[in-house]
Amino acid sequence: MIEWIDLILLGMLALTALRVIFLKDLFAVVMLFGIYSFLSALVFIVLDAVDVAFTEAAVGAGISTVLMLGTLALTGRTEKENTHSKLLPILVVSVTGAALIYGTLDMPPFGNPDNPIHQHVAPRYIEDSPKEVGLPNMVTSVLASYRGFDTLGETVVVFSAAIGVLALLGIRREEDNNTPESGFKEHRVLQIVAKITIPLVILFALYVQFHGDFGPGGGFQAGVIAAAAFILYGLVFGLAKSMAVISPMFLRYMAASGVLLYAGVGLFSMMQGGNFLDYNLLASDPVAGQHYGILIIELGVGITVFAVMLTIFYAFASQTERSNIQ
Amino acid sequence: MNFLDIISSLLLFAGTFFAFSGAVGLFRFPDFFTRVHAASLTDSIAAILMIAGLLLQTSFDLNTAKLIFILVFLLITSPTASHALAKSARHGGLLLFTEKPTKQGGTNQDD
Repeated sequence: MIEWIDLILLGMLALTALRVIFLKDLFAVVMLFGIYSFLSALVFIVLDAVDVAFTEAAVGAGISTVLMLGTLALTGRTEKENTHSKLLPILVVSVTGAALIYGTLDMPPFGNPDNPIHQHVAPRYIEDSPKEVGLPNMVTSVLASYRGFDTLGETVVVFSAAIGVLALLGIRREEDNNTPESGFKEHRVLQIVAKITIPLVILFALYVQFHGDFGPGGGFQAGVIAAAAFILYGLVFGLAKSMAVISPMFLRYMAASGVLLYAGVGLFSMMQGGNFLDYNLLASDPVAGQHYGILIIELGVGITVFAVMLTIFYAFASQTERSNIQ
Repeated sequence: MNFLDIISSLLLFAGTFFAFSGAVGLFRFPDFFTRVHAASLTDSIAAILMIAGLLLQTSFDLNTAKLIFILVFLLITSPTASHALAKSARHGGLLLFTEKPTKQGGTNQDD
């Protein structure tokens, strides 16, 4: 039965991907990307990877759809006609695909209990992480403690995305122009519903942030959800009001301070005489130290992701408003 | 299979039926507004029925509360989304399939 669910979901994924390739209307393509992300999230849920599914739904289907729509507002919604020959791209794609398929031949068979992952890494985490880290959600233990340096790298990647967008686009500070284009000014229903839901969304983001030790969640998802609340505010009430709540300059400090908080934990544990990001030395009891370390670095991740997502939205939206006025 | 399970599966089946009929309406109805109408109404009733069916499967614990939160959130956001869609389509000048465009750019009801 579960194989059928897998097959149907994978078939729908393939259909969505094919439709994305052949459509010329980019607005529909963005919507299909959202559908694709939700379908992948469902596949992850079938595979019991709820943390990954949560991230895919929040980041892939939620915030990237909004950011891609923001890009479309700047670039226009139809794809340009391609006049180049299609022979070379087909050749490159076929060779790459063949190489990838050839590469998978060396992989151990899917689901085999004798695979190295089931013999070596996973049992180590499952047996030792309750003693060493003591979190009910082992995904968080692996992500934030055992693989803490990788996650620091991911946070820096997110941070550098904001640097790239700011370097290319920059953020125009609004001179309080009350053009009807900026937000749904006269849209009473949306305004009221947004006022009801935004506090709840922020509350949920905080829950996801601090409940990540016990269930699916963590800094990445929480940052994206909180950013979505402020993006909703900006869309409904106008960019100028949103920038009055959180200014772009403050967001830059936030984005940097999240990464610094994360790296600071690592430096602090080095000063205590341990390795970089060795949380055992943060408190007298190693397990308590692990809890402090994971809580602080997840907070750093959440702050950076929130600030970066909102910065990118500000950059796109302020460009759109400027081009509307001209 | 006890009594609650039967009620629960009946509710779930009714929910899938309405969700499916909404999908059919999305394909079969003639224009944007009727399609939004089909999708939004069936979406709300399907959410109510399905979550009611799932509620009967819980044993009055945290999952019950979570499902009720999800239901409340869906009942607020889903009609709002449909309303915003229809209103912005109207604002953008999309006409009902019974309407004809007039020279002033306004709308004219066609009986």
